[in-house]
This record gives sequence, structure tokens and C-alpha cells, in this order.
Amino acid sequence: MVMLAGWHFVLFLLFAVLACVFAFLVLFTSNIVRMAFYLTLALGATAGLFMLAGAHFVGAMQLMIYVGGTLVLLIFGVMLTAQEGFVTMKTRGGDWVLAVAAGGSLLFLLIVAAMYMPGADEAAAAQQVLTEADTHVTTQLGLALVGTRIDRLTETDETLRQGLSGYLLPFEIVSVHLLVVLVGAAYLARARRHGDATR
Amino acid sequence: MGESINLFFDAYFSWLIPTDWESPGYILTALIQAVLIIHVPAVGALIFIWMERKISGRIQDRLGPTRVGGKFGWLQTLADGLKLITKEDLTPGKADAMLFKLAPYLSFAASFAALLALPFATGWVGQHTNVAVFFVLAVLGLEVFGVILAGWASGSKWSLFGAMREAAQVVSYEVPIGLCVIVPVMICGTMDLVTISNMQAGWFTNWLIFHDPFTSLVFWIYFTCAIASVNRAPFDLAEAESELVAGFHTEYSGLRWSIFFMAEYGSMYVVSALAAILFFGGWNGPIPIFHLIGWAYDAAGEPIRLTGWIANLFGCANLILKAVVGVTVMIWVRWTLPRLRIDQVITTCWKYCVPLVSFLFCGVLLWSTLDWPSPNNIVPHQARSEVREGWAYDSPSAAVESPLEQPEGDEIETAQADSGGSV
Repeated sequence: MVMLAGWHFVLFLLFAVLACVFAFLVLFTSNIVRMAFYLTLALGATAGLFMLAGAHFVGAMQLMIYVGGTLVLLIFGVMLTAQEGFVTMKTRGGDWVLAVAAGGSLLFLLIVAAMYMPGADEAAAAQQVLTEADTHVTTQLGLALVGTRIDRLTETDETLRQGLSGYLLPFEIVSVHLLVVLVGAAYLARARRHGDATR
Repeated sequence: MGESINLFFDAYFSWLIPTDWESPGYILTALIQAVLIIHVPAVGALIFIWMERKISGRIQDRLGPTRVGGKFGWLQTLADGLKLITKEDLTPGKADAMLFKLAPYLSFAASFAALLALPFATGWVGQHTNVAVFFVLAVLGLEVFGVILAGWASGSKWSLFGAMREAAQVVSYEVPIGLCVIVPVMICGTMDLVTISNMQAGWFTNWLIFHDPFTSLVFWIYFTCAIASVNRAPFDLAEAESELVAGFHTEYSGLRWSIFFMAEYGSMYVVSALAAILFFGGWNGPIPIFHLIGWAYDAAGEPIRLTGWIANLFGCANLILKAVVGVTVMIWVRWTLPRLRIDQVITTCWKYCVPLVSFLFCGVLLWSTLDWPSPNNIVPHQARSEVREGWAYDSPSAAVESPLEQPEGDEIETAQADSGGSV
């Protein structure tokens, strides 16, 4: 079991390094299609990290939605629209400053959030137990998304119980957000066709 | 298998490998499994291409290959392969060389990775996961990447048109195919392909295609969409040799060209095997011979025994047979129907397949909710609920209560998968 943990670590490093390397390649390439290709590999490596953590469902979801869905549409859009001038993108100095500010603040936020996770400073062995206990179980996550935390049913504290409605609210907000995006996309597509007709 | 290999190393090779090293066994296990799985798209393509030639020949009232390797031209594909290897590996001047060279491998990797989660018999699966259906669909959807990148990177108009058609087609057909796959998942209550297949153990009346009339119809829509999603005629708009020279692979030659076709035949096998598992009982035959004589494994946690292994072997052959029948039907369809236009392809998807499958989905939902009869009630062998009980990790409560038992169950799983590996 110790050796397995070791392998887990080696594979984790492998996927993490792959994800980081390809993420940096996305940054330093100027060709849009190559960027999309590197992004594919970076997101694929992230899916590998999820699978390694036992979250097979999230990993497959990552592949399906981001790699198979979003990125295919992205490349599709590039192929439809890109003329010679847009295939290679030059990044200006101002863009770098903005990107570093936005990305840096997000990184800071994530690091702070990760540090304050309960059990972040505990031994890796505890993590191992956690990983294997959660393997193969996505039902809890699904039920939490629709508003039931079955892992906390025994909570006795009355004030804590009120906060245990699961992730229904964020889930709904994200869904409505996506709906708005869809409506907006449909509107944009229609408007353009209308404009063409009048021109 | 990892542990048994380690024991073997400890016993005979302790002078070479220290006994406290456990990694050699696991690395060897992973290698053996990967090599076995890669045989499916590689050797499978050899046989499927030969089948395609023979069947298309017969359909067109000619003989097909007859010389290489004897009367039936068995070795025709091998000769083709040798020819392809010796061809010059061209890269067009206007191509994006890196993407052009990588694209075939991307296609092949996607088709190969789908096989990781696709079981061959009870416990004979590369990586047992409880979201196998979802994983296979997600990974198969990635194959389109290789095609799109190939089309774009070739620097040719024909290729670009082919790639754009492929992108539109695959993204569209993922919707009905996902809806079709949900139906068996809904009836069985799990996305685990091993469990879905074991739930159909028994007489052929227990196959999900005979569950109710709606499910039987869903299979045909699934098969149509599967043909479209693996880019085969009459949906092979990305190639369309009568309009686009050869579509996305116009600029490819030699080995890289053939890798695209290995990927295509590999994913044909994957979607057919998926159909066999979801609708045709997987490795459970029309007559449950090995269940009747009590050889087959009834639950995943059972220890390995020789009789169960033999039952698994025949089950594996059964599943492969069903998948090959699916591939044969795809070949038959290809040489029978004319190619659709791109607008007809998209119309078929959005105006026919999606509404139909949505209606059928509601039908199956009604049938299951009202608990209307299925043929399995007339010739019962095994209730689906009984099968579930053997699969401890399928129910969240059992998993939560005994988190530490799970890895053991998995190791038995892997061990079974491995014993298949030594076939």
C-alpha cells in the first residue's frame, strides 16, 4: 500500500507537470490553433488529475465538456473566422500587465482557499485514505448538487444544519448563467444574419 | 496480477530485484494490459479492413481480394500495411508541420483510450470505473480533435472543408447519442458497464433491447448516431471523396494516413461493443449456458476460479462476436446507402433523431415508472435487483460504511482483469 501511494505521487507529479507545461505553452504561443491544441492537452492532463484523485465522474466531465465540447467549438470558430491576420496573435505589453494582475489575484485567492481547507496541513497518509474512501462514489456529489448533503445527515448542531442545504443555490446560479449565455449567443447569431440581410 | 508477479520475482529473481521493491510487478501489469488493449484497434483494424474489402466485393458482385495469403486473401491488409510503411511521409509546404504530424496520433489515442473503460467480461476491464459509459462517450468525442486539427493543419481547402463538416457533425450527433445511452443507464440505474452487462445475465429475453418497445427503437437510433459519430458512410462527409478529394486526409500519405484508419476501425469496434453491452446483454449469450451449469461469476467479489475464468473467456468471445456483427452491419450499410449531403446529415440529427429519442426516452420512463411487464418476467432467470447486490461499491451507503473494504474489491477486480490478460 505504501508503494501504491508512491506511484500515486509519481503519477500526480507527471500529470501536474504536463498540465503546467502545456498551460505555459498556451501562454507563449502566438498561433491560435496551436494554443487550442495545447489547451486541449493541459485540460486533458487536468482530467487525469481528477481521475487520479478518484473523481472519475469529474474527470470524464472535464473531457466531455471542456475538451470535447468547448475546445472543439473554439477551434471550429477559429477555422470559420480566422483570416491570416487573426491566426497569429501578438500580445501587447498592456495585455501582459492586465493578465498578470487578473491571473495573479485568482492564484492568490485559490492558494488562500487551499490553505484554509480543513486538513490541508495534515499528513499525506490521511489524504490517501480520503482518496480511496471516495473512490467510485459520485452519488454524494450529485445529491449535494440537488440539495441534500447525505454525508452530513447526522449533524446535530441546529445552526450548522441550516447551512447544509447542499450546493443547490450555486448550481442554480450557474445554470441560469449558462441559460443567459445561450440566449445571448442566440441573439447575437440572429442579429448578425439580420444585419446581413439588410445590407 | 501485480502482486502475483511480485511474488514470482521474489521467488526466482531475488538476486536481481530486491524483494522489497513492489513497482516492477505493477509496471509489468500496466504494460501487459496496455499491450493487450492496443491489440484491439491494431489487429482489429487488420481484420476489419479485410472484412470491408471482402464484404464490399460481395455486395458489388465481385470477389474482393483473393490472392495474398491464400484463397480468401487473408493477408491482403498486411500487404497493404507493408505498402503504406514504405510510402514517403509527405508534409505539404503550407502545413503547420507540428500539428500535421501529431493529428493522426491524437485520433488514435482517443480511440484507444475509450477501450480502457470498455469491459470484455466480468472483471476483464482495463480500468473499472463506475462512470464507464460516460467516460467512453467523452473520450470517443475527442477523436474529432485529430480530424479537425488534421484538416486545419494540412493547409489545404479540401481538408479544411472536411474538418469543418466533421466538427459540425460530431458536435451535433453527441446530443442524440447521449440521450440514447441514457435509456439503458436509466433502466439499470448505473453507468458502470460491467454492472449493466451483468444485469442482463440470463436468457436473451433479459437483454435490454427486449425490455420494452421503446428501448428496442432507441437501439436503432443509437446505431444510426453511432455510425455518424464514427464518421462512416452514409455520414462520411469529412471524407466525401466525390466532392472533397479525400476530405481531411487529402494531404496524408503512408503510415500517418493508415493511423487515421486504425482509429476509425477502433472506434467502430468501440461503439459496436458499447451497443452490445447496453442493448444486447454484453457477454451474456442468448442461452445462459455457463449460468445454468454454475460456472459463471455471479458477483464481482467472488474469488478467482478456473471455471469462472473459462466462463469469462467464452463471455469475452461472445461480446467480441456481437461487436463484430455490429461492425459488419456498419460495413454493409456503407456499401448499400448513398452518402447524404451535409444539410441532410444535420437535419437527420436535429429534426429526426433528437425529437424521436426524446419521445422514446419519455416512453421508457413511463414504462419503468409504471412497472409494465418485460419479456424477462415470462422467462425469468435473474431479477436485475439481485445482480445489484453483488456490487457493493455500487451503493453509496455500503461504500461509506466500509471504505476500507473497497480497495480489496478493486484488487480482485484487477486480478480478474489480469487473469484475462494472460490469455
